[in-house]
Amino acid sequence: MDDIETAKAILVIGSNTTECHPIIGLRIKKAVMQNDCKLIVAEPKHIRLCYYADKWLQLKPGTDVALINGMMNVMVEEGLADDPFINDRCECDRYDELKAMLKDYTPEKVSEITGVPADDIREAARTFANADNAAIIYAMGITQHTTGTDNVMTLANLAMMTGNIGKPGTGVNPLRGQNNVQGACDVGALPNVLTGYKPVTDPETREKFEKAWGVKLPEEPGLTATEMMSAAAEGKIKAMYIVGENPMLSDANLHHAEKALKNLDFLVVEDIFLTETAQLADVVLPAASFAEKEGTFSATDRRVQRVRKALDAPGEARPDNEIVADLAKRMGYEMANVEPAAVMDEIASLTPQYGGISHARLDALPDGERLHWPCPDADHPGTPILHTEVFTRGKGWFAPAEWQAPAEQPDKEYPLTLTTGRVLWQYHTGTMTRKSDGINEIDPHGHVWISPDDAEKYGVENGKKAVVTTRRGDIDIEAMVTERVPNGVIFIPFHYVESAANILTNDVVDPVSKVPEFKVSAAKVKAK
Amino acid sequence: MEQIKVEIDGLACEAPKGSTILDIARANGIDIPTLCYDPRLSPYGACRLCLVEVEGARALLPACCAKADDGMVIQTTNEKLERIRKTLVELLVSDHPMECQGCSKSGRCELQRLADKYGITESSFTGEVHEYDLHRENPFVMRDYNKCIMCGRCIRICREVQGVGVYDFVNRGFKAVPGTPYDRPMQETPCEFCGQCISTCPTGAIKARPYEDFGRVAALDMLRNACAYFKMPEEDMMKALGLESWVTRTTCAYCGCGCQLDIHVIDNKIVEITSPVMVGSGQGNLCVKGRFGYDFVSSSERLTRPLIKKKGKFEEAEWDEALSLVAKKLGDTKKKSGPDSIGVLSSARATNEDNYLIQKFARAVIGTNNVDHCARL
Amino acid sequence: MSGNGNGHAYKVVLGYGTCGIAAGATAVKEALEQEVESGGYDVDLDIAGCMGLCFKEPVVEIFDRDGCSVVYGDITAKKVPQLLEEHVGKGQVIEDWVVKKSEDPNACDGDFLANQLRVVLRNCGKINPESIEEYIEIGGYEAARKALTSMTPEEVIDEVSTSGIRGRGGAGFPTGTKWGFARKSPGDEKYLICNADEGDPGAFMDRSVLEGDPHTVLEGMILAGFAIGARQGYIYCRAEYPLALKRLDIAIEECHQKGFLGENIFGSDWSFDVKVKKGAGAFVCGEETAMMASIEGQRGMPKPRPPFPANSGLWGKPTNINNVETFAAIPWIIAEGGEKYADIGTEKSKGTKVFCLAGKVRRTGLAEVPMGYTLRQVIFDVGGGIAGGREFKAVQMGGPSGGCLPAEKLDTQVDYDQITAAGAIIGSGGMIVADNRTCMVDLARYFLSFTQDESCGKCTPCRIGTKRMLEILERICEGKGEPEDIEKLQILAGDIKDASLCALGGTAPNPVLTTLRYFKDEYEDHILNHKCAAGSCPALITLYIDAETCTGCAACVKVCPTDAITGEKKEPHVIDAEACIRCKMCLSRCPSESIIAE
Repeated sequence: MDDIETAKAILVIGSNTTECHPIIGLRIKKAVMQNDCKLIVAEPKHIRLCYYADKWLQLKPGTDVALINGMMNVMVEEGLADDPFINDRCECDRYDELKAMLKDYTPEKVSEITGVPADDIREAARTFANADNAAIIYAMGITQHTTGTDNVMTLANLAMMTGNIGKPGTGVNPLRGQNNVQGACDVGALPNVLTGYKPVTDPETREKFEKAWGVKLPEEPGLTATEMMSAAAEGKIKAMYIVGENPMLSDANLHHAEKALKNLDFLVVEDIFLTETAQLADVVLPAASFAEKEGTFSATDRRVQRVRKALDAPGEARPDNEIVADLAKRMGYEMANVEPAAVMDEIASLTPQYGGISHARLDALPDGERLHWPCPDADHPGTPILHTEVFTRGKGWFAPAEWQAPAEQPDKEYPLTLTTGRVLWQYHTGTMTRKSDGINEIDPHGHVWISPDDAEKYGVENGKKAVVTTRRGDIDIEAMVTERVPNGVIFIPFHYVESAANILTNDVVDPVSKVPEFKVSAAKVKAK
Repeated sequence: MEQIKVEIDGLACEAPKGSTILDIARANGIDIPTLCYDPRLSPYGACRLCLVEVEGARALLPACCAKADDGMVIQTTNEKLERIRKTLVELLVSDHPMECQGCSKSGRCELQRLADKYGITESSFTGEVHEYDLHRENPFVMRDYNKCIMCGRCIRICREVQGVGVYDFVNRGFKAVPGTPYDRPMQETPCEFCGQCISTCPTGAIKARPYEDFGRVAALDMLRNACAYFKMPEEDMMKALGLESWVTRTTCAYCGCGCQLDIHVIDNKIVEITSPVMVGSGQGNLCVKGRFGYDFVSSSERLTRPLIKKKGKFEEAEWDEALSLVAKKLGDTKKKSGPDSIGVLSSARATNEDNYLIQKFARAVIGTNNVDHCARL
Repeated sequence: MSGNGNGHAYKVVLGYGTCGIAAGATAVKEALEQEVESGGYDVDLDIAGCMGLCFKEPVVEIFDRDGCSVVYGDITAKKVPQLLEEHVGKGQVIEDWVVKKSEDPNACDGDFLANQLRVVLRNCGKINPESIEEYIEIGGYEAARKALTSMTPEEVIDEVSTSGIRGRGGAGFPTGTKWGFARKSPGDEKYLICNADEGDPGAFMDRSVLEGDPHTVLEGMILAGFAIGARQGYIYCRAEYPLALKRLDIAIEECHQKGFLGENIFGSDWSFDVKVKKGAGAFVCGEETAMMASIEGQRGMPKPRPPFPANSGLWGKPTNINNVETFAAIPWIIAEGGEKYADIGTEKSKGTKVFCLAGKVRRTGLAEVPMGYTLRQVIFDVGGGIAGGREFKAVQMGGPSGGCLPAEKLDTQVDYDQITAAGAIIGSGGMIVADNRTCMVDLARYFLSFTQDESCGKCTPCRIGTKRMLEILERICEGKGEPEDIEKLQILAGDIKDASLCALGGTAPNPVLTTLRYFKDEYEDHILNHKCAAGSCPALITLYIDAETCTGCAACVKVCPTDAITGEKKEPHVIDAEACIRCKMCLSRCPSESIIAE
């Protein structure tokens, strides 16, 4: 991420970077303010980055694929594609297929879909394609759609078409929503892979882990979190062990989540607070916070960093590793390693990407130096930039994707498009930030953002309570009348339990990634 | 990159072309005092402490701004330079309340360090001193401009790093002082309460208010004052007193940026969070959550004992009872409905090690691949 | 102008610069217009900028058909009917009011002008500054046309280098060399800035030029823009100069209409335009890096140099900055040739310099003299010596950055190097004359209070150092000085000089240093004897009335704010020392100079 500063153009799409990833936001601002970087922001609402942007493409929610295809259409038409890179590094016939598909995405047609003026699409395409090095930064605004996978693929197409892969200040850079999403995935907290993204279906992989762990491992991929919820609602999942998660505020369609969790025979929740989810549990286990334990986090740029114990956990609260090992022991399995440093050694021994990472090595790093996986052995310096010479699969694979409308379109009854997200002051489900007095003094409660025209149309007043309704439910929330959202779009941050946006959101998921479509729901609003 | 050779205080040094004299000196272990310099910011040249003598130059040059040319011969210290530095520190001290014992910046204050270095306890230049009101109208940032030395670091970091620009100087001459537009409270400005200004302020002019307001801080202040008094590094003082360090380097638990934090703990309570300058992805910069959102750790609402729900109500339980119950229930379910009737949700907020053990628990102990976390949410 | 144009019997030109307006020229203008109409005089009425005769404003110049003229001073609206009736109606010159006649340059105060050589001010007071036609009529814009159509930029720079002109803003850097740097600095985008942020107390030559002859500045800028390769010029002018700003706006608009500014000037392929940027009157914005910050919309604070503007200036682009007076000389240099300019002046200081005579000199105003004149010539021959016949004590040159020169330096030549060697600077050309009633400690205190007020506050030595120096001087003036204060002042002055960020801070101690050098006894007198020999410092003096000469006119009684003066009409008055606050209002009012301060 450090090299973002060196980019000459940055496309930020589906990421309110300065509020959700403030420090990466600083890097983008620095690139713009100090390094003459051109910034293109594609975002339905006016975010702070728009102040720094050369071009703000105010697209309708859920039209990202169309917009990017439109930009690529301009690049093909105007000969702006990086042909040497495509010929060298990518599968050319796939590129031809992409080009064929792009023919239909003229700026004029895309303008109709996205609401972005055709000339703005042209200019953005030229800016991005003409920059020496250009980076794409995206976050949940891209993934939390029924077409999330298509969205990501399309961004990858854009990066490959312009040769912006594998050099400093380029790439398709996802911003992870939580501090250790990257690490949780790396170490196998996923239903289909073991550590290092090795598929559970692969016999060789299983054999390796079975040997290390001394047990037989299941062969079939498991259920994703959202699938587990549905399975629980259907009675197929009977017991759940939830560690440090709060699906009762973070899941789409909270009513559904509540029904699912209440349907369980047994629920155990391990957390630092009695969260909305913990309140439904049969047993609640008090855990230590990040400041009370040892370990590592892997940041969004694959940088592995130490977590260190700064103080003692309150009362009898225990760190997760001790709890889970204790539980395993009571269920007849002795974890070989429990101490975090030893666990990391075990991870390293089973995960080539982490092969050279140990607490001792991280502790010995001089100030200012860092270690990114892949780091196969103790002498390897780490890998800050991926795909410098070849892609993981060899040649770059263009995956053309047609634009598909979001699952739920505004209609007569629900005329508005609801989109959700975060604000600077709060974090995720508020488990931590909403316990901070200072933060709540500055930001005491949530708002529904609504344009002045819509506010007048639906009789909503600034600072007064409004009722927002979707097919899933309704919430009461204070209205903020602002030109930062366009007509027809309302925005609600999802941090606040008393006005939980996810009561409203649609739990229909992307067929591949299983991510729910948090970002688009049809909604209506009225004064309370 | 093209290298240049210069001589600093008789020492031959080599550096990339475009380096400032200060860069080269510090890289070679030569200390030049500064007050308005912060490696995160563009050079400014206001405090004049880093003036050095360059052979053949018409005037003294500020080392923080002046780029070194090949073959330069530089003196960073001599009688004249030290006299000027002493005068400058005396001038600053002449308009600075030297009541360090009552200041929580004591021990970390850059002006205090320089006053010590030049043996100044009070200025030989006396005259008018400022008497500004304290600004403590918001929960995070408090400002005491009586301690301001006009280095402009707060203004520059807000503008150059945060890209916001809450502050600028107002007034001229001796009355010049940083301020917000029309002296409005900071919450009425576009301030994002990132606290970057706190992180860069060399004196006690801008401080973290939660830290100031925290009663127990007095003890930490006493220790820091003792360190300043005995001119002893904090770590040595801790050792001498048989205490563990009160500062722990760790990684922020909020978003995925991976900022490095220094957690200052006293009496098992977090009193302040800072970030090491030029280290980690933030380079010493944090956001409002990372810098101030730590109350939750010591919240009275924290879970401190296992809870078991009996007749719809939670009751506190012993670990042994709670874990045995969980083991039994999960074991029974596995036996009765098979391992795939159990789901495990791990956490994107937990460490790699914890996540690893949890998925290992799901696969090796329960025997299911039904393990996931909230990456998608 | 030669002739009076338009075929009228007479042309009547009113001095209508800020100095004239301040002295009442607006009422005179109205009276002239009314009287010409009602009297049916065959007269062409016109206005002009300041002629430099500030001490005689409002000034009216009347030309006959042959171009011969008579300048009248101290004209009031009341005098207008008589003036027109006598001079225009009867052809009779009113000798008592005459300042100067064209056929008799030494008449009355005429030697003020006769002892000058006017290059920069050549058109000031002669042409209507709001009419481009009048400027063109006397050959204006010919130099620019010549350069743009028949010279290369390098040839223009060579001509300027040949002239030897040095920057008139204060630093005296050779202009041709400076332009050469900007020309050679790589980059397509370059800027030109005209520094019209005249800020020295007592200096007003830039204002007078902008008010009296704005086109010559614009022509100079066109030539400079062409020479260095800038396509955009800025004039940074303080908002306190509303008349100058108005006339600049008119002049720029006229240039656009004529095609002298904008695309393809004079049909060449060169394009150049000028914008006026109003400053808020901060002294420090006269410093070039602070000025550029101000133009960029930042607070006007200096930045360390290098990088110099020629390499990285406005918006990081190569930038050339010159002062109004420099630009005003350029068209003359290009038209007449650099060598002709170089013939004037001394070996290292060429051409002429405009000085603002102010203070206790008899004739205050603008004086443009060749370099090499002695101070005595400027102050006594041009300025007419000390007002009220008192004794010359010192002249403060170069404003707050300059220094005080005593009587024994009066024969120093006006030349960058000689003045600097004597301990002052030419600076922008302010000359404030002090007589024996001026306290030199108080003078130093005044200039330091000015620099302290105007310090941008960025660097420590200037912000706090000058404050502490000022406090010491204030103590001395109040009679509370300590013997070691002189040494403290010297130490502080030295360190401020060495350590300040910009030239304004670095030169701020100069008034103190030079007064300490030439008038140390006055400091000692204040500190050791608690005396102010000049009778100036209120805390150290008593005022009394000389009963011998007091006429009992009671003028002093009327102005005394504390009613400390009493006495019978036409009898000598007395001052009650208890009640007196030593404001010296009475002193300045007494017609018989009977009030004595000791």
